[in-house]
Amino acid sequence: RVLSGTGYGGIHPIFLERGLLLLVMLIFLEGTALTLGAASSPDISAQDNTGGHEHLDDHQGIAGSNDRTNYTYTKKAFPVLSLDYHHIQVPFEISLWVLLASLMKLGFHLIPRLSSIVPESCLLIVVGLLVGGLIKLAGEEVPPVLDSNLFFLCLLPPIILDAGYFLPIRPFMENIGTILMFAVVGTLWNAFFVGGLLYAVCQIEGTYLSQVELLPCLLFGSIISAVDPVAVLAVFEEIHINELLHILVFGESLLNDAVTVVLYHLFEEYSGAGEVTPMDVVLGVICFLIVSLGGIAVGAIYGILAAFTSRFTSHTRVIEPLFMFVYSYMAYLSAEMFHLSGIMALIACGAVMRPYVEANISHKSHTTVKYFLKMWSSVSETLIFIFLGVATVAGPHAWNWTFVSVTVILCLVSRVIGVVGLTFIINKFRIVKLTTKDQFIVAYGGLRGAIAFSLGYLLDKDLFPMRTMFLTAIITEIFFTVFVQGMTIKPLVDLLAVKKKQEAKRSINEEIHTQFLDHLLTGIEDICGHYGHHHWKDKLNRFNKKYIKKCLIAGERYKEPQLIAFYHKMEFKQAIELVESGGGVKLPSAVPSQVSMQNIQPKKLPPPVAERALPQFTKGREEEIRKILRSNLQKTRQRLRSYNRHTLVADPFEDGWNDFLLKKQRLIELEKKMSNYLTVPGAIPDSPTMCRARLASDPNAFYNIKASSDGVPTIQVDLASPQSPDSVNMLNEFSKEGATGQSLGQREGATGLGQREGADRDEDQGLMMKPAGKGEKGEGGNKNPGLMRCLSDPGPSNEDEEDEPFLP
Amino acid sequence: MGALQSLPDEPEYRDLSEKTGFSFEQIGILHKRFKQLSHNEDTLRRDDLNTIPDLSCNPIRTQIIEAFFDKRNFHQNGEGTVQEISFEEFLVVMSHFRPPALDMTEEQREIIRREKLRFLFNMHDTDNDGTITLEEYRHVVEELLSRSGALGKETAKGIADAAMLEVASISMGHMEPDEFYEGITFEHFLKILKDIEIETRMNIRFLNMDTTNLCKKINSQQDHYLQVNGEQKIA
Repeated sequence: RVLSGTGYGGIHPIFLERGLLLLVMLIFLEGTALTLGAASSPDISAQDNTGGHEHLDDHQGIAGSNDRTNYTYTKKAFPVLSLDYHHIQVPFEISLWVLLASLMKLGFHLIPRLSSIVPESCLLIVVGLLVGGLIKLAGEEVPPVLDSNLFFLCLLPPIILDAGYFLPIRPFMENIGTILMFAVVGTLWNAFFVGGLLYAVCQIEGTYLSQVELLPCLLFGSIISAVDPVAVLAVFEEIHINELLHILVFGESLLNDAVTVVLYHLFEEYSGAGEVTPMDVVLGVICFLIVSLGGIAVGAIYGILAAFTSRFTSHTRVIEPLFMFVYSYMAYLSAEMFHLSGIMALIACGAVMRPYVEANISHKSHTTVKYFLKMWSSVSETLIFIFLGVATVAGPHAWNWTFVSVTVILCLVSRVIGVVGLTFIINKFRIVKLTTKDQFIVAYGGLRGAIAFSLGYLLDKDLFPMRTMFLTAIITEIFFTVFVQGMTIKPLVDLLAVKKKQEAKRSINEEIHTQFLDHLLTGIEDICGHYGHHHWKDKLNRFNKKYIKKCLIAGERYKEPQLIAFYHKMEFKQAIELVESGGGVKLPSAVPSQVSMQNIQPKKLPPPVAERALPQFTKGREEEIRKILRSNLQKTRQRLRSYNRHTLVADPFEDGWNDFLLKKQRLIELEKKMSNYLTVPGAIPDSPTMCRARLASDPNAFYNIKASSDGVPTIQVDLASPQSPDSVNMLNEFSKEGATGQSLGQREGATGLGQREGADRDEDQGLMMKPAGKGEKGEGGNKNPGLMRCLSDPGPSNEDEEDEPFLP
Repeated sequence: MGALQSLPDEPEYRDLSEKTGFSFEQIGILHKRFKQLSHNEDTLRRDDLNTIPDLSCNPIRTQIIEAFFDKRNFHQNGEGTVQEISFEEFLVVMSHFRPPALDMTEEQREIIRREKLRFLFNMHDTDNDGTITLEEYRHVVEELLSRSGALGKETAKGIADAAMLEVASISMGHMEPDEFYEGITFEHFLKILKDIEIETRMNIRFLNMDTTNLCKKINSQQDHYLQVNGEQKIA
């Protein structure tokens, strides 16, 4: 039963409309049944009424229980179809919400014009308002969706983990002083400024707020003053601001969590007790240190554990990503358990584990991790904004014009004063000063969000009689920042011509020079004889390399310097692109297409003698091809043979596949290089296997063969011969192709006639007149797709090939 | 120690300050360091820099030291290398690493940018022919990776090749197979590094105040090291 319930939820996304229709029909049907059933058993319906919180649910619940009661009391036919909504209610409703969120996300991207004007967060809040309104219209009580528990334990962690894992460490660490200043001092200032002035305003006669005390005001100030990472992320990701500003605002929003947590607990504690002594202030400071550093420590410990675990997962690749998620979540929960800053723990965990985990886990697992993080965080974010809308409709509101408007104004004013004042101090210490524009964006980007709301929601009704008014003010402030500031920040950024982020991906030259600069600056600092932050960074790096990496990274990879790792990554990406683009028709964009190796190789390099170079190269390449073919065959075999619950593809070949791609890439480069050395026409760098492979898959390539050198050893790859039993398992087409290729090869190999014929034909086409270099180039373009198609894709090219005989 | 003798009352400091843009205090601190490195001589030799213990594990140590003895970095249109440098030249080289001022016009920014990049370019272009050839570039990458053991050398070549290909394609566009890209000129160098905000990155914090305590500790350490090194040499 449980399975059928969840199954229904799972199928649902695909047949949304039909599913909804079905649901409505069912409800209708059951609704008619209800009128009968309700009359007979009113006691049960009353009992059920307490359980569900939606109108529809009640109906179904009653109907379901009616079925049962009917069944027990009066002997009826066995119910072929029964409905038990209660059974699945909770997961079903969760799925519905998630579905709604995802569909909304999908919908906004279908209307590009809308999302270019209004930020997604605003649209989502509007959707939430609409949904809440609909529920209310249906005469039901709106469910308390933005429950603090739900928010802090389920919705927030994915977003923060995503932020922490993909945190740009370098700019973050370079600006850590500024970020901390904004996050700690700025938030404190905001909290006390807003709280204090609010209290002052409340004391003014005629506002009817004189019952508000100082401590609740300060508590409110501390809740409202924290910049919210969710809102900041949502808006800043759309405006593509430059890295410095992004990290300043975003880093502040992450790190101010500790301040908020401490202030919140402090004020909550004392608003019951009353007096605050200087001792409490000292305790508060200590508490702040413990909360923030403790959070970081917890996160770092779990991060190291995760990294250490990932060292040993090479045999269970499938659950690799899970370790990371679970460890991070546990870091968050452990920190929350001690009321430490969970956000900081998550950030620390993500940032600590990333470099090591990335080196350990397989490429696929890494992709999985990336996708899962992005998926979870984007769904959470969507849900949070929708829930904000729903909660706005749901909550009881106590609107007080003075309080709300004063809150909004004070927040703006304190933010501006705080940022300007702090920048004035910070700029004295910064090498790169913050300009007025920067200050404006930092001040204007201080958006408030759902964290503030959830904290307000947590407040005790009995202790804080003004809770409703606080919540209303918080919601108004959130709406103000998200709608007004969020919508205007993009035009303002354009108007002020604030520097935007460069979208271009990192080039290898930049990477080289980044490294070079690091070492250079460290060196200069050493010569100057004072220990600046480059010096310490260098020390840390060396320590990391020497000890930590050795412990946490499996195999030999810990020795790999960053530059080499970057190079490998780039190479790997190119290999993937190469395969995806359907073969080596053109080299992918990172290594440029129009310039080949020969353009930068010094010409004076004496070209090796063609006769001697050729066999050598060919032999090496043959080995490669042989390996490629072999591994590929095995791959096909593996794929067809087994379905394994615990592995995606057969494990040993998963890594082999990467090697294969790299080899492929090298092969192509090798060919390019070869074309340099081969000046003798007629001596083509084409092994018979290649010819055959090409012939088999691409008849057009036939014309490109000019001649074959006799000294080249041939290899026989018997794809369909009885010696290789795997061929039985292979796809039909593939064996067919193999058979044709092989038969051709045999013919060629046996008589050598085929090749000569090929040469003849070439002459007929008049292709011999081509200069060698060009011929090579054209071939390089042509042969790779042929090889690729033959190797990787047994399918599509076979059809037309079947009816075209290439040997008369 | 030394706070008095480095006070900016010496008239030559004013000259230097105008020339290099350092403040008097900074010049004072750097001068002290210079004296310390050169063992109270007026000029600094390569060996003096070679023996700085912190520098010994820097993979590009030789390039950094060479840069101090490269006439191109002295703002005097000279070429070639020298054997020893005076304090003024030391300061001029150091001034390449000064942080930019808060409010610069676009032109000033561009000038500073070019200056800093020129310094880098000169470090790569060892034979001073105006281009970084493939050989030179390979050398740079090899040096960068020289701390990573055996696997560095081959990969370094590959990386340099890939980087060179990238430069060629960015700066030349399409090339015929028989064309030859000689190397990176300074204009191309500017182009490929346009995304690195060099003017905000290639600078270090020069101390304004004499952090005597710290310096003492470091100095004593340094002296100890120098002594040890000297003794070893003598032995």
